[in-house]
Amino acid sequence: MSAIAPGHHVAQPSREPPPSLIAGPLAWMRTNLFNSWLSTAVTLALGYLVLRMGTSFIQWAFIHAVWTVPMGANGTLDPAACRAAQGVGACWAVIWDKYRFILFGRYPYDQQWRAAIVVVLFIGLFVVSGMRRFWRKELVLIWIGTLTVIGVLMWGGVLGLTYVGQDIWGGLPITLILSTFGLAVAFPLAVLVALGRRSTTMPAVRMLCVLYIELIRGVPLISLLFMASVMFPLFMPEGLNPDKLLRAQVAIILFAGAYLAEVVRAGLQGLPKGQYEAADAIGLGYWRKMGLVILPQALRLVIPPLVNTFIGFFKDTSLVLIIGIFDLLTSGKVAVAEPIWQAYSTEVYIVLALIYFAFCFSMSRYSRGLEREFGKSVRR
Amino acid sequence: MMKKLTMTAGALFATAMLAAPAPAFAEGTGSATIDAIIKRGELICGVAGNNAMFSLPDSKGVMKGMDSDSCRTVAAAILGDANKVKFVPLTAQNRFTALQSGEVDLIYRSTTWTLGREANLGGLFASVNYYDGTGFLVKASAGVKSAKEMDGATICVSPGTSTELAIADYYRVNNMKFTPILIQDVNEIQNAFLSGRCDAYSTDSSSLASFRFQQGDKAKDLVLLPEIISKEPLGGMVRKGDDKFFDLVRWTFFATLIAEEYGVTQANVDTFMTSNVPDVRRLLGLEGDMGKALGVDNKFAYNAIKQVGNYGEMWERDVTPFGVPRGINNLWTKGGLQYAPPMR
Repeated sequence: MSAIAPGHHVAQPSREPPPSLIAGPLAWMRTNLFNSWLSTAVTLALGYLVLRMGTSFIQWAFIHAVWTVPMGANGTLDPAACRAAQGVGACWAVIWDKYRFILFGRYPYDQQWRAAIVVVLFIGLFVVSGMRRFWRKELVLIWIGTLTVIGVLMWGGVLGLTYVGQDIWGGLPITLILSTFGLAVAFPLAVLVALGRRSTTMPAVRMLCVLYIELIRGVPLISLLFMASVMFPLFMPEGLNPDKLLRAQVAIILFAGAYLAEVVRAGLQGLPKGQYEAADAIGLGYWRKMGLVILPQALRLVIPPLVNTFIGFFKDTSLVLIIGIFDLLTSGKVAVAEPIWQAYSTEVYIVLALIYFAFCFSMSRYSRGLEREFGKSVRR
Repeated sequence: MMKKLTMTAGALFATAMLAAPAPAFAEGTGSATIDAIIKRGELICGVAGNNAMFSLPDSKGVMKGMDSDSCRTVAAAILGDANKVKFVPLTAQNRFTALQSGEVDLIYRSTTWTLGREANLGGLFASVNYYDGTGFLVKASAGVKSAKEMDGATICVSPGTSTELAIADYYRVNNMKFTPILIQDVNEIQNAFLSGRCDAYSTDSSSLASFRFQQGDKAKDLVLLPEIISKEPLGGMVRKGDDKFFDLVRWTFFATLIAEEYGVTQANVDTFMTSNVPDVRRLLGLEGDMGKALGVDNKFAYNAIKQVGNYGEMWERDVTPFGVPRGINNLWTKGGLQYAPPMR
């Protein structure tokens, strides 16, 4: 047992620091950036470009930017200051005026705290689901509970909350609802379809799965959304008309399901045949074989492509723009449709990009962490 | 055996036909749509939702504009409450389906009244709440005074719009050539025009006037050419087959015109309740049972005016702030096209 407290060093033989030309940042730069004439020239040119663009961006975004504009005589904001700065400075006043509309769309203004709580709940749900120590059966209960609370908050109509129909939901909650429900429902569907496609004993099921996957993958998401929004109501009897948001949600689930199914199938095919045979050999039935042996390994194999698809679909939900649902991107676009802000769409798009980036980047980082975690057992 | 099956199927079919909801003549208002709206307690109105001056949510998410106010007058006429409207934002592609499938009761979606739309799409135009037309905006520095001088010009225009067709027609008729620069996004078009990528920017003249106005002190650098090269009567559209609802939407709109004609405003409508002008008395439901004839309360116009305002007030509220002149949208008595038949 060592009694030496950390930081309390025993006298060590003095050691020369490594020459700075072999180790350290300078040496790193020398070997990676300046190791030949060509490389030096490229480094200098790119460095110059980055510096130029960086400084002009900082000047535009911060130094010459207009942060707020005063109220004009007629009770509306007067963007004269922004107009004067156009071309040299950003006009963040548009965000200041519109941020609540961009985030929550047409959700009633005095009730938007409910939508804000919903966003926090969603993020909390993602974080909790991401932590391995919560990976047990109770997590399903947490999901059901949180989604119920989210539903109550969004719709209201109980507990003294005023009712808010889903036709005026908008902004970030819509994006989160579409992507969360889309992926949460599409993933189990995808696993089933992938298993069905690999089925050897039930040709009819296999045909159906192949048909579903190829049909959905054969058309763009936009055409599916159009189908759900434009064609579908014409086939329904009058008066029976599922909600527009629900129709879009189903279209997204079906689309994501087909793509995820192919990712899962890749995992199933990537597993050595021996695993299947081993599971058969110890006498497991089909579902236990899949649930206990095959799927845990297969899904682990395909984490990177799965997350890739997740990120893709998080962004693809913005396509509901074309059927008039107010998701985050649509609210941003509608916010700059107001004539006084029409010239400042760049600022709004930058903010939207930051929000999307925050979500997608965290997903990407999380998946890398997950891979490392799972990789340990493989390397060991 | 076969025959029996056929007969059974036939009987089933007949039963299904009989069970289908038959139009109710004896009860209700006589209009299936109005009955449905009353039962539901709100009007479902299809709007654009991204078009300033017509329907655009403000920073608090409240729909503002001529189209959304027109929806509110209909809600006030039927339900007595202008706030009982559900606005459904529709795109140019799904607006007619939404109307045909019954997803919305009517659309006020800056939709141009054309023969094709009325004959082929199962809809009827009940009103024209905005007379628009395609115009040209050019830079003052170009020194152009008329569209006729723009032979060989490059014109920024949004693809797939009636504007694009109108320009092509206009240039063909006048034996001139032009180069279209097609840009989808409005903001992009405006930037392209301001940065000099095209000589002219063409779209509905209302949007051009508003865009020019938004340039503030730089507005004088831009000139709206006098030519209006197409007719774009924008209005409310209802489904065919429910004439009573059509009548109601149409006459609610006319009521806002008549109110403006007689100077009845949101603020002073109550002082007119003692008026002895017959037209005003009929408008406000004091005599003549005008509302009853339409299947709603006699005070339908009173409610619309009291809660939303007359046509001129809607214009003042929704269009004037964007610097668009009233022009041909003035009342016929002031040299415009807005003309309501007599209410009697």
